Amino acid sequence: MAQPSSDTDFRTRLQDWIPKLVLSPSLAAMLVFVYGFIIYTIYLSFSNSKMLPNYDLVGFANYAKLWNLSAWWTAVVNLAIFSTLYITICTAIGLTLAILLDQKIRGEGVLRPIYLYPMALSFIVTGTAWKWIMDPGIGLENTMHLWGWTSFEFKWIKDSDMAIYTVVIAAVWQTSGFVMAMFLAGLRGIDNEILKAAQIDGASNFSLYRRIVIPMLRPAFLSAFVILAHLAVKSYDLIIALTGGGPGRATELPATFMYSYTFTRNSMGIGAASAVIMLMTIAAIMTPYLYAELKEKK
Amino acid sequence: MRHYPGLKTTILAALLATTSAAYAEDVEVLHWWTSGGEAAALNVLKDDLSTKTIGWIDMPVAGGGGEAAMTTLRARVTAGDAPTAVQMLGFDIQDWAVEGKLANLNDVAAAEGWDAVVPAALQRFSKYEGNWVAAPVNVHSTNWVWANKAMLDGLGIAQPTTWEEFVAAMQAVKDSGKTALAHGGQAWQDATMFDGVVLSVGGVEFYQKAMVDLDPEALGSDQMVEVFNRMAVLRGFVDDNFSGRDWNLASAMVINDEAAFQIMGDWAKGEFLKAGKVPGVDFLCFRTPGTQGSVSFNSDQFAMFEQEDPAAQAAQAEMAKAIMSPTFQSAFNVVKGSVPARTDVPNDAFDDCGKKGMAELAEASASGSLVGSMAHGHANKAAVKNAMYDVITAHFNGEFDAATAAANLVNAVAAAE
Repeated sequence: MAQPSSDTDFRTRLQDWIPKLVLSPSLAAMLVFVYGFIIYTIYLSFSNSKMLPNYDLVGFANYAKLWNLSAWWTAVVNLAIFSTLYITICTAIGLTLAILLDQKIRGEGVLRPIYLYPMALSFIVTGTAWKWIMDPGIGLENTMHLWGWTSFEFKWIKDSDMAIYTVVIAAVWQTSGFVMAMFLAGLRGIDNEILKAAQIDGASNFSLYRRIVIPMLRPAFLSAFVILAHLAVKSYDLIIALTGGGPGRATELPATFMYSYTFTRNSMGIGAASAVIMLMTIAAIMTPYLYAELKEKK
Repeated sequence: MRHYPGLKTTILAALLATTSAAYAEDVEVLHWWTSGGEAAALNVLKDDLSTKTIGWIDMPVAGGGGEAAMTTLRARVTAGDAPTAVQMLGFDIQDWAVEGKLANLNDVAAAEGWDAVVPAALQRFSKYEGNWVAAPVNVHSTNWVWANKAMLDGLGIAQPTTWEEFVAAMQAVKDSGKTALAHGGQAWQDATMFDGVVLSVGGVEFYQKAMVDLDPEALGSDQMVEVFNRMAVLRGFVDDNFSGRDWNLASAMVINDEAAFQIMGDWAKGEFLKAGKVPGVDFLCFRTPGTQGSVSFNSDQFAMFEQEDPAAQAAQAEMAKAIMSPTFQSAFNVVKGSVPARTDVPNDAFDDCGKKGMAELAEASASGSLVGSMAHGHANKAAVKNAMYDVITAHFNGEFDAATAAANLVNAVAAAE
């Protein structure tokens, strides 16, 4: 009969449409608030905005001024140092911990959450706690002096050249556990048969890991890299809590630069330009990754 | 039979009708007066307003120089929900007035006669295009030195009157093993010291040319190199842990006999008074040696933001009137450590340092040596001020020498304009 078949048609059509309907508010919100505002910021970076948004276009003047500022160059250099050290050290520590935890040890269930705990803290708490630990007057150096080791020195956090490395220390402490968890999941996904076959062929433990396990963890490496890279570029709260921008401006990073120029210094045009540069940096990392992932799906 | 409202109902209705007419609005106040002495001073205004049945919604945003508060303000104004009154300094008031966000206080000003009693140097910031937009609460000055009298007496040091004597005094304290200069390594604190050092090197003329007129020749001159040299000398007298320390903790160092001097604005006096110290007995207050006779000031003003609701506007006008009343000016400034913004307030209630400050302010205003403090936004606009902060704080932390600093100062100011 015509009635039931058109009914079924309607139901099937409805079932097709309902997921799209339910997801569309979130999609719309994301389109407006993420992509819409990205476009708004790009527009502002070409405008003459000072304290509040202004819509007169001035071409590339803001970018020219931006690259002329020594504070911006400091921020970019600091970002290069920070992100390189942060990503390599986190990956190395995370991988080592994951491999060690994967050896079917007895306390694994207890150790795993302990290594993950730092990730549960906010960057503000991490920054403040490490600021106190690394302060020469009240932290590690003072404790060593009180214990009798009076020639111990650890003034990195007050030293313009070394302060950025203290940020690396605090950030690595926070995120290593998370990277470890990602690698552990990757290791658990490796087929045991391959490992057994390699062991029968006489592979030593070390070459087993080097030639089989680590290459098979490539997807986990890629995920870790992407997550760590974007965390490095957007670090703001850790810097502010730990050094407040550093002795002088020694630990300035693009995120703190953007905030101070847009809000404190009433130079929204320059702040927007720096935000666009940050976006381009992240896009340069994400686009090849997305392209590689989507190509494989085909 | 008709039901007429009974006696009780009529009385109730009449009460409700009349009491709702007497209900007064709340004022929402954004400020950064969060340290002990400052909060006590603000309570004077709160109590004063509560006697006029105006409620007080407090919106404190900590941060000694006010940067965080200004950022919060921007978010509120852009959202269309401006607070009633905002504590603001100098050029920030002008920036907001240009955007057209401030209310017009001319009626209150005319009724209360503000034009006659507020110094011209302050009116330059309270008014925009001839209209009153802000009510000045106080006048602070930044070229003060606070000294621990017991420590100086113990070492036989007299109050220094010239820069050389000051350096010699600090050297004597350093040699005795104590910290000579208590300082907090935040950009605005370095800049506060800078104000006084510029005045000590070149006087009011040099200060006017370099800090206010932003003349590149003055900014890059030998005198400016000398200023940076003196800042480097001061750097040699601070303790190792100065980086990032808050200003009130530095004052605590002087109060607790750990350090001898602090170069800080007169809001530091509030900390000393709250700790129970007596001026002239426990601590000394004197102008930064070399700057006697001139005053670099900053004036906290409550900028009134345009409100739509007439009840809110009425409360705002009441608050402005209350702020400028002589009794309030006297009571508030006694607690805060500053000097009244009105020149006709009697100085009976003030301590010795306050009386000195009031006399010196009147003198400086009369002789034209009352200059706006660069460190606190009264000499040039925020972008330039922050550019100067960068150079001053980088030099203070040893990133480059004095000659490079002067050259960098010229470039930084040019880029920020």
